[in-house]
Parts: sequence; C-alpha cells; structure tokens
Amino acid sequence: MAVMAPIISFEHVSKIYGSGGRPALDDVTLAIAPGTFVAIVGQSGSGKSTLLGTINRLIDPSAGIVRFEGDDIRDLDAIALRRRIGYVFQDVGLFPHMTLAENIAITPRLLGWDAPRRDRRADELLDLVQLPPADYRNRFPAELSGGQRQRVGVARALAASPHVVLMDEPFGALDLRTRDALSRDYRKLHDALGLTTVMITHDVIEAVLLADRIAVIHDGRIAAFGTPRELMDGAQNADVHALMDMPRRQAERLAALIAESGT
Amino acid sequence: MIFANPAFADAFARLPDYLSQHVLVSLTALALGLAISFPLSLYAVRRPHLRAVLLAVASIVQTIPGLALLALFYPLLLGIASLTAKYLGFDFSALGFLPSVLALALYSMLPVIRNTITGIDGVDPALLRAARGVGMTERQSLFMVELPLAMPVIMAGVRTAAVWVIGTATLATPIGQTSLGNYIFSGLQTQNIVFVLFGCVAAALLALTVDLLLSLMERGAARRQRAPIVAGLAGIALVVALSLAPSLNAQRSGYIVGAKPFSEQYILAALIAQRLEANGLSARRRDGLGSSVILDALAANDIDAYVDYTGTIWANAMKRGDIRPRQETLAEVAAWLKRERGIVLAGALGFENAYALAMKRSEAERLGVKTLADLAAHAPRLTIAGDYEFFGRPEWAAIRDAYGLNFKAQRSMQAEFMYPAVGNEVDVVSAYTSDGRIAQYDLVVVEDPKGVIPPYDAVLLVAPKRAGDAALFAALKPLIGAIDVELMRAANLRANKGELPEQVARWLTERSAGKSGAQLPPDERGK
Repeated sequence: MAVMAPIISFEHVSKIYGSGGRPALDDVTLAIAPGTFVAIVGQSGSGKSTLLGTINRLIDPSAGIVRFEGDDIRDLDAIALRRRIGYVFQDVGLFPHMTLAENIAITPRLLGWDAPRRDRRADELLDLVQLPPADYRNRFPAELSGGQRQRVGVARALAASPHVVLMDEPFGALDLRTRDALSRDYRKLHDALGLTTVMITHDVIEAVLLADRIAVIHDGRIAAFGTPRELMDGAQNADVHALMDMPRRQAERLAALIAESGT
Repeated sequence: MIFANPAFADAFARLPDYLSQHVLVSLTALALGLAISFPLSLYAVRRPHLRAVLLAVASIVQTIPGLALLALFYPLLLGIASLTAKYLGFDFSALGFLPSVLALALYSMLPVIRNTITGIDGVDPALLRAARGVGMTERQSLFMVELPLAMPVIMAGVRTAAVWVIGTATLATPIGQTSLGNYIFSGLQTQNIVFVLFGCVAAALLALTVDLLLSLMERGAARRQRAPIVAGLAGIALVVALSLAPSLNAQRSGYIVGAKPFSEQYILAALIAQRLEANGLSARRRDGLGSSVILDALAANDIDAYVDYTGTIWANAMKRGDIRPRQETLAEVAAWLKRERGIVLAGALGFENAYALAMKRSEAERLGVKTLADLAAHAPRLTIAGDYEFFGRPEWAAIRDAYGLNFKAQRSMQAEFMYPAVGNEVDVVSAYTSDGRIAQYDLVVVEDPKGVIPPYDAVLLVAPKRAGDAALFAALKPLIGAIDVELMRAANLRANKGELPEQVARWLTERSAGKSGAQLPPDERGK
C-alpha cells in the first residue's frame, strides 16, 4: 500500500480553555490517511470532542497546527471549511422548523445551489439513507423516530459531497438494534463514497467493529493509535490494555457460546 | 333599554370618526414601534452591555404612566417644531397624531424587545452548534435558525404591544388625537355613562380583534403554515380598511373647535360649531384637550377657536400673581395674547367661571352672609370643604388671608360628594361660579367685595392664522356677551342631568337670542 499524504493531520496540537488549568488537548500529533474510518475513543472529559472540533475550526487550538488536505487550517476561511466537511452531531441538531429536504439541503443552500438542484440532492440522499423521498421529503423532524432522525443527520452531513465526515457520538442515544443497523449502513456509505470519517465514541466495541483505526485519548493525550487488531494485541500501556480488555473478554465469551451451540 | 337611550345613537354616530382615528394612530404607532424595536433587539441580542441598557430603558419607559408619557411628548415636539421653524424653515403640528404616535410607539417597545431577546436566547444551544457546524455565518444562523424558532415568542410580544397600544391610545384624547378615548373623557365629564361604557367596550373589542388576528399569525408562525399568517394579515388589512374608509370621505377642511375636558367646554364648543355651521362654515370639534395643551395648540394653529378663561391665562400663561379688576384683566390678557402668541381675543361671552365659596341659600340668609367679610365672622363655627385641588391653590390662600377666614374644620373631598354634603356635614364649599350644581343644590356664591379672587371671564379665542377671517368673526359675533352666569349655570345643569352638549348648545342658542352682540360685560365689582 502506497503511503498517501494525510488528509487530516495534527502537529503538536494543544488546547487550554480559559487561563491556566489542565489542557483539554496536550501535544497531540496524529495523521489520518484519506479513506480511513477513525474512531476516537476515550472517557468523557478526555478531550475527544475538542480534538474533533479543531478539525473544522469550531474550536481553535491554543498551540500547534491542524492541517486539512495539507493546508494549515488557520489559512482557510472557517465558514468555507465547515461547508466542505460533513458533521454529524451527537444530538442530531435537525432544525425543527425545516422539512427534512430543507434540513438535508442546508449546506448546499448556503453554497448557493438553486432550488431544483437542492431538491434533487435531498431526494438522492433520502434514498441513500433508506427513507423513501416521496414519503419523507416534506416531513418535519418531530414526526420521526430517533433512528430516522439520525439517518437524516447523516444525509445532511453528506449533502454537499464532502470528502471528510466528522461524527460526534452519532449513534449514542439510539437503542442497540437501531444503532447496529445505522452504524453498519453508515460504514457501507463510507466505503462506497470513499469518505474519510472521524467518529467520536465512548463505546469501545463500536469502535472495534466499525473503524479502520482507533485513537485512544486519555487526559488530552493520544494514548494509542492503531488498527483494532494492533490495539487488541499489543498492550502499549496499562490504560489501553484495560480499555481493550472488555471487547476481548466479550468476544471470547461469545465465541465460546457459539462453539457450544454449534456442537 | 340602553339602546333606546339617545346617547347611544349619538355614540354610534361618532363611531366611524373615533374608530378610524383610533385604528390609524394605534397601528401606525405599533408599526413604528416594531420597525424600531425589532432591528434594535436583533442588533443588541449578542451585545450584552447594549442589551442591558436597552432593556433597562424600555422598562423605565414602561413605568411612566401612559397619560404622562403622552402629555410629555406635546411640549417636546412643540420645542422641536419651533427649532425647525427657526433653523430649517419648516413647522409641523405638535398636536394630536404625531405626539400620540411617538409616545405610543415608545410604549410598544418593551414587550417586543423583551420577547425578541428572550425568544432568541431560548433557542436550543444544540441547534446553534448545528448551525455553525453546517457552515452558517452568525447572520445566517440568526435569520435562518434563531429568528424563525423565536418567532412564536416574538409574536407573543407583538400581541402584548398591540393590546397595550390600543388600550393606551384612549389616553391620546387630551393631546388632541381623536380616539375612542373621546367617548371616555367626555362621558366622564358630562356624566354620560353610556359614552364611557361605549368607549371602553369599543376599545376592548378592537384590542381583542387585533389580538385574535395576531394570535392567528402567531400560530401560523409556530406551525410554519402559511394560511393562518395570510389570514391574520388579511384580517388586519380589513380592520384598517373598514375603519379608515369612512374617514377618507370625510371633510378634512373647515374650522376646528377645541374644548378642554369638562362639560361646560363641550357645550361651548358645540355652540361655536353650531354657530359656524349656521353661517355656512364647516366645523369639526376636537374635544378633551388638556388645559396645558390647548392654548399652545391654538397658537400653533392646530385648532382654530376655543373658549378659555382670563384667570387661567393670567396665572398659567402670563405667570401673573397680582390681581387686577375684571375689565383690566380682560384688556391685558387680550393685549398679551395678541403680542406674545398672535392669538385674537374675539370677546368675552358674558359669564365668569371663577373660584368661589358657596353655601346653602337658606343658611346664608339665616346668618345674613352676603360677602366673604360676613362669612369671616361666622367661620369659626362652620366647616369648609374643597375639592382636592382647592386648598393648595393661590385663590384659597388669597381669600383666607384677605378676609381672615378661620374655619372650624377643613375637608377635602370629591366634587360629586361635596355638593350633596352642603348643609349637612359641611357648611361652605369651594365652587366654580358657572357650575350648574349651584342652581341644582340652591346654593349662593359668597361675594368677594375686596376683589381678591382673580377674574375668570370666559373669552372666545381665535387662532393667529384666522386673524383676518371676516366670515369667522361674523359668525362668532352673536356669541359675544350673550351668555350670563345664570344662563351658563342652567346650561351646565342640563348637561349634568344627562343632556348631550349639542342639545344644550341648541337650547343656549334659543335662550341667548336677542342678547347677542352686547358689549363687554359691565364690571360687576365696580372697579
């Protein structure tokens, strides 16, 4: 596999909120190759939301450089940058006064697309997230279930055909079956569209099952960065070992159960 | 039963004029208020210091009573008008519409500002994050997300403002803006309960209608349905059209006759209007102007004629504290008005409406009291009552000191209760010499031989721009010297008993016929 230039990279990035205090990010260096699905795993308060926010300039780092497609993002217009990057919010954040089609086509609208083109795009995306456009395009968010809403949230993030999608605990509030279906569907989209995805999750199992690479973040520092297999196998440090121990135990237990029922 | 009342028919006949004026002034004020407060709130919502100041100022404005706020705008505009006349070469009317619209617009601002700011504050922060995340600028976030979501709260503020403004517009009558308040002010003064109720109900119905239409729009905004918004707007347009239609046809030219807010003034204004019409001149009335406003209004040509009293002008406008005999006062007032304000004093009507002390006729005869000097001898055994103003007025201090009046007890009470109490709880009361109740309760006015009480001759005043208007003066001439104090008392008594000012004015015309054209009244005090 040829070494590709990273699409997103962090170079010694730190962030301190207010004056003094413990840094939310502490000298983070990380490179994400195009087409990768990266999961950022860590406990609440570990700095994972801050890390995600620095990518599209929702949060400006106190020190260090974040690069997007090689450019220092401080040289890019923040508004334009955000329109180039899809974002799926933890609480979905659909605008309640807009129809689903209007919600989905919001970034295209900000980019100045005309109405017929936006409508076509909204229908395509509703199809993509498996909500029949004829039934759904004129509905309002309040009429949907939680899972359906997050499908729309994903569609909205993809509307302006971004190369990069950021996801902030996108499936955290959903029941397990919905979550499983949605995350698998999203992974298929990621592959089909050739996206680069950075997803925050506190669920290690979800990270292991979905992501190509996992970044473990602890107290604002990157404790580990590697493929799920690398993290399961090697115990780079005790925290990572403890974190990865749970999926390992569950997998062993499940494997045992399957073996039993198989005989 | 109430519908059979002639006052009801009269009230109804005035509705097109009063209602259209009321709608015009309130909706203009509301529109102006919105046009200022809405953008101001949007500008201030993200500027904490400015918004604190804005809310504080709006709250302070709200604590000023509506009547006072309206009254304050008149002298303010008058000052500005005289400045623009001096430096910019144009003048505008400081009476009526303009001050009312400005004061009411100011009054409407608080609910709009407060609700716009709270409405925008109340938008879910998650949606603000989402708005930034999808790439909205602050401005786009405000107009595409925050404002639409805050719209129901903002509309609730607009509804509150609309109801306040429509209600408060009834108080615009004293600064010369015709409104539904004309019913209330004149009804209270002439004890015409039908008018008072009619005005209250009409204002309430108008407020409710507009509130209903706005609530329709609010619901439309909340549910993002176009139909209710369109229906609400159409309804408001209909209200405006319906109420303005009659006034568009109405005569806007002609003479404007002013009146202060009490029944004698309403009768005299009706009398003047009838005189003008009898001479083929068209006349409109502007009733219920505040005492402090009406002279300025005449000087500014906002009204054409009204009746004032020499003593009032002497003390309030000329700031004179001395007391001159009746004829001399009249001459000085006339000269001063002409010189200082350009106003023409056309003549005295023949009666005075002065301050006086009055007592039961039987009691006065029994004690042998004719003059204040006689009264002073009996005062230590008598009780005096005055209206709330009287004991604070210079007239009281003057007669008390000049005659050495020293009453057993002194009580302040409402005029309505004061007269029935004479002869029972109290012996002597303060009175106005032309008050109909002097005849009604069979009282006599105690004479003032030392001439301590300033004269209050009723005088007919004409605006500067009508100074050369021969037709007008010819029409008014028969009123000069035509009404003596007994006649005016009798007329006022009729009004007190529920006759309408127009009816009383016609009666006065019949009774005063033949006396017309008399010279200035002889000086009864012999000075």
